[in-house]
Amino acid sequence: MTRIDTRELARRLRGHALRMTHRARASHIGSCLSMADILAVLYGAVLRIDRARPNWPDRDRLVVSKGHAAAIVYAALAETGFLPIRELDAYSADGGRLAGHVTKTAPGVELSTGSLGHGLPVAAGMALAAQRAGAAWRGFCILSDGELDEGSNWEAVQFAQHFRLSNLVAIVDYNKIQSFGSVAEVSDLHPLADKFRAFNWGVHELDGHDHSALQAALSGPPPLAGRPTVVVAHTIKGKGVSFMEGQLAWHYKNPDAAQLEAALAELEVGA
Amino acid sequence: MRTETIDALTAYARANPDVMLLTADLGYSVLERFAEALPAQYANVGVCEQAMAGIAAGLALSGRRVVLYSIANFPTLRCLEQLRNDVCHHDLPVTVIAVGGGLAYGAQGYTHHGVEDLGIMAMLPNMAVACPADPLEAMALLPQLLERRRPAYLRLGRAGEPALHQAGAEIALGRAIWMRRGADIALLATGPILGRALRAADALAARGVSASVASFHTFSPLDAALVREAASSHRAVLTIEEHSVEGGFGSRVAEALLMAGQAPRFGKFGVTDALRGRIGSQSWLLDTLGSVEDHAQALL
Repeated sequence: MTRIDTRELARRLRGHALRMTHRARASHIGSCLSMADILAVLYGAVLRIDRARPNWPDRDRLVVSKGHAAAIVYAALAETGFLPIRELDAYSADGGRLAGHVTKTAPGVELSTGSLGHGLPVAAGMALAAQRAGAAWRGFCILSDGELDEGSNWEAVQFAQHFRLSNLVAIVDYNKIQSFGSVAEVSDLHPLADKFRAFNWGVHELDGHDHSALQAALSGPPPLAGRPTVVVAHTIKGKGVSFMEGQLAWHYKNPDAAQLEAALAELEVGA
Repeated sequence: MRTETIDALTAYARANPDVMLLTADLGYSVLERFAEALPAQYANVGVCEQAMAGIAAGLALSGRRVVLYSIANFPTLRCLEQLRNDVCHHDLPVTVIAVGGGLAYGAQGYTHHGVEDLGIMAMLPNMAVACPADPLEAMALLPQLLERRRPAYLRLGRAGEPALHQAGAEIALGRAIWMRRGADIALLATGPILGRALRAADALAARGVSASVASFHTFSPLDAALVREAASSHRAVLTIEEHSVEGGFGSRVAEALLMAGQAPRFGKFGVTDALRGRIGSQSWLLDTLGSVEDHAQALL
């Protein structure tokens, strides 16, 4: 893998997602921006994938369970070479390949998602397949914090530790905001890391915008030998655009032309 | 028929190491033979049907064919959205086996009555739905479902269903079978309730009514050609199912008839709301619906 500047990649992903949600008048820009750094580190420095062979049997699998953050996932796939950058203009477009929730019609997508709580069981199944085959590839899953309210996740958490799926890595984009307000107000997850520890998972708890910390956690051995790993990534919803940061409204709103211009200027990304 | 089916699955999986069997902690005294013979192809995931369906999708996306096993509504309705999104939308080779379909666990209470499964499963994209009447149909259909390499649902009774076919009968997915031919009324049945249809044909014969009986072991895709043939060669058609008559087999047959422009005298024998909440054995509960022969005669 050629060495990629993941911070520069994250900056470009944010720019794409802003332009895409503006053009499509789509929601969820805040959820995209909070996971930009996670995606940049995964695609730029961690995942063993090959854009020329999207179905390479020994590739790492990434399941994005928070399917509403589709724009930035497609941006990451385009920047990685799975689809043309210009196709991002067709996000949510009639007859296109890029649906408003992560959909497998886009090359490089492993699982169509959009209903919360589906990704982790599937990623666990993938990890079980690799374990039974004695293969070295890993299963990754990015979850939102709000979707941890779904019980199906905890079924998978329990299953994965019992089956010693040390090749499974869950990443929680812990931006502290869900649909109706703060996670603390709606259905408090605290202490989240301890919940996973109690389930016999190895835990990394870190700043989800710190690329060095992300890369070390996602590339290193499991912190708890023989068990699955969770990265509890503390993030900021809307990260990188000051007027979007920490604001519930940007779970729904899309930037108008002036807001887009201001956001891109702040990111120092061209329109 | 569950034991025969698991034996057939074990034989198939032994020859096809890509086949895995998952259970959500049900199948005690039935699945051990598979687990002991093929431990690397078996996993008891615990009591978690939603996760089980997702895990199956993950395995299937990684090159495995997966069979899920549980009771009645648990591997179907409990994880319906996982089947819809993760399995069927992705068109994955996952076969769901539910035992205790229909009213097989009648005395266990309403939670264990699987009487909406066929209609709901058949509505999902890419899904084939089989409802065998006896062990021979079950054993014949299972490998055909697996060979499709697409989503499938196999509804079984439980144990001790009598054989209704002769050994060596040709049983092909999607093709219904005439069990006996008559002239007045066609009794079209799906599942083990076929035995009741055959007995009804005997009772009707004693009353001077000549009945045909067909086994629709494949619920979806429906054998519309045989439905049309039944309607064109009889004065009346009665469907017989151990399933809700709302959106079930009878509804599908009625739709096929209407699409073909055929309008025989038509009736549906099956589970109605009057049965909901009643407690009793499978045969007692079915008896409360009245006799198949009386339903048939009322159409003539």
